Amino acid sequence: MLNSLFSGDFPRSRVLTAMLIITFVGLLLTPFIFPGARAMNVGAKICIFIVLVAAFDLMLGYTGILSFAHTMFFGIGAYGVAIACDKLGPDWSSVLIGMGAGMVISAVIALVISLFSLRVRTLYFAMITLAVASAFHILCSQLGEVTGGEDGINFMVPDLIHPSTQLAEPFFGVEITGQIVAYYGLFVFALVVFLFILRVVNSPFGRVLQAIRDNEFRAAAIGYRVVVFRSISTVLGSVIAALAGSLLALWLRYNGPGSTLGFDIMMDILLIVVIGGMATMYGSVIGAAIYLIAQNYLQDLLKLVQADVEGIPVISGMLHPDRWLLWMGLAFIICVYYFPWGIVGKLRMRALGIK
Amino acid sequence: MKPPILKLENVNTHIGPYHILHGVNFEVPEGGLTMLLGRNGAGKTTSLRTIMGLWTASQGKVIFEGHDITELSTPEIARLGIAYVPENMGVFTELTVRENMVLAARDAKIDSSRLDWIFTYMPALKKFWEQQAGLLSGGQKQMLSIARAMIEPRKLLLVDEPSKGLAPAIIQNLVEAFKALKQTGTTVLLVEQNFNFAKNVGDTVAVMDNGKVVHRGTMAGLAEDEALQTKLLGLSLDSHQ
Repeated sequence: MLNSLFSGDFPRSRVLTAMLIITFVGLLLTPFIFPGARAMNVGAKICIFIVLVAAFDLMLGYTGILSFAHTMFFGIGAYGVAIACDKLGPDWSSVLIGMGAGMVISAVIALVISLFSLRVRTLYFAMITLAVASAFHILCSQLGEVTGGEDGINFMVPDLIHPSTQLAEPFFGVEITGQIVAYYGLFVFALVVFLFILRVVNSPFGRVLQAIRDNEFRAAAIGYRVVVFRSISTVLGSVIAALAGSLLALWLRYNGPGSTLGFDIMMDILLIVVIGGMATMYGSVIGAAIYLIAQNYLQDLLKLVQADVEGIPVISGMLHPDRWLLWMGLAFIICVYYFPWGIVGKLRMRALGIK
Repeated sequence: MKPPILKLENVNTHIGPYHILHGVNFEVPEGGLTMLLGRNGAGKTTSLRTIMGLWTASQGKVIFEGHDITELSTPEIARLGIAYVPENMGVFTELTVRENMVLAARDAKIDSSRLDWIFTYMPALKKFWEQQAGLLSGGQKQMLSIARAMIEPRKLLLVDEPSKGLAPAIIQNLVEAFKALKQTGTTVLLVEQNFNFAKNVGDTVAVMDNGKVVHRGTMAGLAEDEALQTKLLGLSLDSHQ
């Protein structure tokens, strides 16, 4: 059963298995062991980014396609739900219509971009997607009547997942509200989608994608239509990104250009892939967990440390909480230096006895 | 007499600004092993890549089983039954030996008796069946590359310098494998620099120079004629043994 669940692609490293179990249990119990909206918000974002980054890795790590339009599809999914709930009312049919519309629009745009652009070299394709994503960002900022412009859209969600809805008596001291339902809904959704992507990359289709990434001409010489396989991979990755965007919008009950379309989100995705490890689906889990926890709690950690070193010249200044981005950058450089194949790649190589 | 399975008629190929093939003409008889010989830069690899559609001929025709395949895409050509083993091995390094073979079989399941037959000539592949192909030695990668082309019955096999960089013992295995392949009736067009290898397996030969075919005949005839070898290839069999 486990073999089927993980599609035969096990972590293959004890340390990695332990890290994945800790992440899984941590996310599963977040509302109970880390009470408060902030921890739950970080947990929800980790779940969403696992899906978003896994979809990106399907394209980059497994197919060799670098698409900067990933956040555009993330945004399309988020706008789909936001606009549908805002215009049609906060019920489940609006959510489904918004999600469906976002996924269909993403699939069509991804297919058009693929068919027009995947014949060119990787770098040119990346540039084309960057241009399309930038144009979409500007369009969303200026189409104020539909998208809410720079301010975005605040909208209501169905009562079942609204934070103010009280659903049951407190359980282990935690109030069971709509936010808890939303969190676990998101958790289950992310888990199912992650296992689905894991199945895809370990299927015969996934093997062809890897063959194309390794040696495009050789794959074509065997008889595989490279453009068709690349297009399917791009469409699939983009639709899943749209789905992740829908989940984020439902969680935040808001969507705007800054929350889903910003280039900083694209950078986050790239950093998570590099930290976790390319072409290792588990890399998206480890990378997203480490990166988002550091992004949200490094400043707090520096506050604690600075209290102990206050008054010591230079060191006190360097450990000032406002310098958290500097430490984050340094941690990233160290990570790339010591784990050039990402944390998961390194752990798997070590398990195989390769230094 | 059977018609040739492959025919190149006045094929010209340009790569960027360079004119590489200048009206190549030759035929590959069905069921035999045709050697394509020539000095470095003579246009042998370009000829194979042009047949396979990896580079498109700017002029002329590539005829396979009587059909013009010049304008077809590489996957379409592959699906007609032509397999290509490139010079640089071209294995999928991140995949295992087994996955490489499964990919080569495309939609079909691997024929276990054919696989056993391959293993008799390439036992290393059996030993490293579940190992990542990138971790194989150069010779094993070359074996895998050739085995991948042999896993399914193909009408025509294009092989580019299979013996390059291999140890003599492995080359001998390759010679045996190609001899066995000939027994199955598969047609092979083989580019080679190792004249001894060519002499051992070839039936017919085409020699290229400066993007043109300058000699066609039997391999045995060329192997016996030292003066012709020196003239065409700048070598004699004795000096290459």
